[in-house]
Amino acid sequence: MPLITANDAAFAYDGQIVLSDVTFTVNQGDYICIVGENGSGKSTLMKGLLKLVPPARGEVRLGDGLSQDEIGYLPQQTLIQRDFPASVREVVESGIRSRRIFLTRGDKKRALDMLNLLEAGSLINRSFMELSGGQKQRVLLARALCATRKLLLMDEPTAGLDPVAAREMYKIIEKINREQGIAVIMISHDVQTAALFASHILHLQQTPLFWGTAAEYLETFPGRKFAGGVCDV
Amino acid sequence: MFDWLFEMLSFSFMSRAILAGMVVSLCAALLGVSLVLKRYSMIGDGLSHVGFGALAIAMALGLTPLPFTIPVVILAAVILLRLSGNSRIKGDAAIGMIASCSLAIGVTVLSLSKGINADISSYLFGSILIMSSSDLRLSLWLGVIVLLFFLLLYRRVFTVTFDESFARATGMRTGLYNTLTAILTAVTVVLGMRLMGAMLISSLVVFPALTAMRLCKSFLSVTLTAAAVSVTAFFIGMALSYLFSAPAGASVVLVNAGMFLLFSAVRKVRMMS
Repeated sequence: MPLITANDAAFAYDGQIVLSDVTFTVNQGDYICIVGENGSGKSTLMKGLLKLVPPARGEVRLGDGLSQDEIGYLPQQTLIQRDFPASVREVVESGIRSRRIFLTRGDKKRALDMLNLLEAGSLINRSFMELSGGQKQRVLLARALCATRKLLLMDEPTAGLDPVAAREMYKIIEKINREQGIAVIMISHDVQTAALFASHILHLQQTPLFWGTAAEYLETFPGRKFAGGVCDV
Repeated sequence: MFDWLFEMLSFSFMSRAILAGMVVSLCAALLGVSLVLKRYSMIGDGLSHVGFGALAIAMALGLTPLPFTIPVVILAAVILLRLSGNSRIKGDAAIGMIASCSLAIGVTVLSLSKGINADISSYLFGSILIMSSSDLRLSLWLGVIVLLFFLLLYRRVFTVTFDESFARATGMRTGLYNTLTAILTAVTVVLGMRLMGAMLISSLVVFPALTAMRLCKSFLSVTLTAAAVSVTAFFIGMALSYLFSAPAGASVVLVNAGMFLLFSAVRKVRMMS
């Protein structure tokens, strides 16, 4: 049973269609990488999957048993966060969806567990703004994991990271995908690395140019062209 | 030694102004933390100008000021928030436009209408004599509502302030929290405006948060410190204004500025050691 189904979906900004004919499904445990040039509709699609932008045509459907507040999301870091006074604990715990005024002990433990899973448990009492770029991404990923047990959406999780931190980030994401069985949908510029880890690739250029497994992608024209140098990192 | 303190509080208009002012300071500081962090500080300033214009019109038409002014400013708050969220219209430019326009309307109405014996400067820079007991009651209600808002929704306020797109993506109704914040800010600004003055009220929104952020590094500590700083600064400001017969609103702002410098100095010393 798919987690998300996009059926002939199209998205528009200011009445203009920027992305159309999107049909694909996300199943449990999938690792899907969305690639494409700037302005190809990657971020728009992600907003559509998160139901932040309604489709202009077609539909995006969440599978049975998956509700909107069970989706983990790792957005790009904002300017606001750069000097935001918050402890790591506060940031991670904000991922827990709970109507309670105070979190239960179980909730707090889950937050720490997620941080430990990302080998960042020692950061819990640090100040978020004083962390390195890679550490911040782990903390935000831990927050996203607090919000979900099934599906994680990420918008260029390695943007702004140095190569070492970026590689570690990819390893962590792979670990989450494999060991926790959480489906991953990721926007990436780094096609080569993405194709290495992902199970499926969705290549966009205002409309899908390719949708299939990563292995197939590397054999086809858009894959070779794109991975071969255009956006080589 | 503290005889003057008891003397000051023995005047009922004085104790009324101080109590109402402390509640408004508390509300402004709590809401201010969120507004400053989201880069919406200018909204407080814009709202006070709108409040001035609305107050002037209410006076000219002979209406009771608060029932007319509060809805107008709430409406302005909701509009300003929408504008800031809309990338096509620059929020700060829109605030500048609306603010100066409202100020112009207020000044024009006040100087054209005859028979109003109020001087413009008490509206612009505040007066402690204006506080009536019904104003005090309204301020206390506001205080209760803002405190409840923060106590009950604290975690959600943090989530929305820290990362709005994450909050929205995970199913939170961020528009609702933003609108609530805007409405409470509008009421805070209107209630504080007559005491502090339309020109000075926004400092109550901005200063405590910035002061707290000099030293505090978690959201909770910033929020609590800002609230404490704000209430303390208001009380000291009023006491100084009483002792030296200085204008009340301006004294409070200057004490707030002093607190900011003090916290900045402590931060410098901490970083050097």
